[in-house]
Amino acid sequence: MGEIIWLTVKLAGITTVLLLILATPVAWWLARSQAWWKEIVGAVVALPIVLPPTVLGFYLLLALGPDSPLMAPLQPFGIRTLAFTFEGLVIGSIIYSLPFAVQPIRNAFQAIGERPFEVAATLRASPMDAFFSVALPLARPGFLVAAILTFAHTIGEFGVVLMIGGGIPGETEVLSIEIYRLVEALEWDKAHQLAGLLLVFAFAVMLSLLLIERRTGRLRP
Amino acid sequence: MSRAPGRIEARFSGRLGDFTLDAEINAPAAGVTVLFGPSGCGKTTLLRCVAGLERLPGRLVVEGEVWQDEARFLPAHQRPVGYVFQEASLLAHLSVRRNLLFGFQRTRDEQRINLDQVVALLGLEHLLERGVARLSGGERQRVAIGRALLSQPRLLLMDEPLASLDRARKAEVLPYLERLHSDLAIPILYVTHDPAEAARLGDRQITLSEGRTGPVIDTRDEAQGARLAARLAEVGPERLFEDLCATGVPPELAQLTLAALLAGLPPWRISDGGR
Repeated sequence: MGEIIWLTVKLAGITTVLLLILATPVAWWLARSQAWWKEIVGAVVALPIVLPPTVLGFYLLLALGPDSPLMAPLQPFGIRTLAFTFEGLVIGSIIYSLPFAVQPIRNAFQAIGERPFEVAATLRASPMDAFFSVALPLARPGFLVAAILTFAHTIGEFGVVLMIGGGIPGETEVLSIEIYRLVEALEWDKAHQLAGLLLVFAFAVMLSLLLIERRTGRLRP
Repeated sequence: MSRAPGRIEARFSGRLGDFTLDAEINAPAAGVTVLFGPSGCGKTTLLRCVAGLERLPGRLVVEGEVWQDEARFLPAHQRPVGYVFQEASLLAHLSVRRNLLFGFQRTRDEQRINLDQVVALLGLEHLLERGVARLSGGERQRVAIGRALLSQPRLLLMDEPLASLDRARKAEVLPYLERLHSDLAIPILYVTHDPAEAARLGDRQITLSEGRTGPVIDTRDEAQGARLAARLAEVGPERLFEDLCATGVPPELAQLTLAALLAGLPPWRISDGGR
């Protein structure tokens, strides 16, 4: 039981860190670009919201499987497939939670507006300098929301994890899958414990999100 | 390439959306040059072009240094200007002190003005450690002015810095602006639509109307003012208006001059662009 919880938290933590790094430039570009086709990229990023997790999982299974051309570059390193591995699970989780990280960060960047960047420019800050000294700190609430949503969403995912992970103990067996397995095995008491744990966790997540929203709403100048 | 040390020479002409700007500034790089006109006349656009925040075809030379011509466009962050926006636009994530030092820490120029001087000049001693959300409108604008000064500008650009303030806050900030003028040797381009502000702060004035600039007018020439005032008393406003127009003064400018005379404000000498 402890191992499953640890694996789930580890997956969610790694996914959150990697996804924040990946989502930041994407969100920045989506917030600032004037390109007419940027919403096409925006739609692709948002796809996991509406796509059935099993569909996403199915394509990921193909993409990470031994016959996939995407895996060819990894062959020389002795990696034939990432399906049914922890690494594959991380990749799946990143794609699955991408919109939950990109959207709040993009909104936060957009809410800054043009003026602070003009201020920074007239105070000798180069665009790169302004990104780090103005954009990132001003978008901090967006990053906090993105991190919480990504973490929670990864903890709660089921379909994708089942498709590309398969529920191998110690490798890809996470909480949501364990609950499913317990119910199948009619172990209701244990299922109750885990389900209750996730319920409390979910409530804490929503509460903290609302508190962040209230605080940043009040602090806005 | 013509080098003209000690002058601000700008010429911009082009379209921005559905607005056309055709403007020229040719003024000494000293004292306060007021860009005056009603809202929508293009004075803010002109100021933004000088700062490099907007790009229109043209040419800009400040004290012999080319900031823009056909071949080059110096980006905003490489121009040694200080810019005070209409709304203070302080950086919300930084304290007053760190707002003030934002430009100071990034300038590579010789640091002629330091924090202590700016704090004393603008009366900011008790505000330094505050967050910017807890400042009044007048305090915010003073911090914004201090921040611009600390970036060691060779040219200070002010876009209606008093327009967003109520009468009491205006009266609070105005004396500080006058001290800038008397205590510092930084040339200022000052945008306003308020004739009283223009008269109180300006050394010379350029009037804009629908994106076009008029000639440079010297607003500190008292002898000329007294003569015009006497003439006004003698012949009345209509005749003086015709006289002014007959000497080549654009009608809208003649009107402004009359309005100023009638309001008892310092009247303005029509110069040949300061050349």
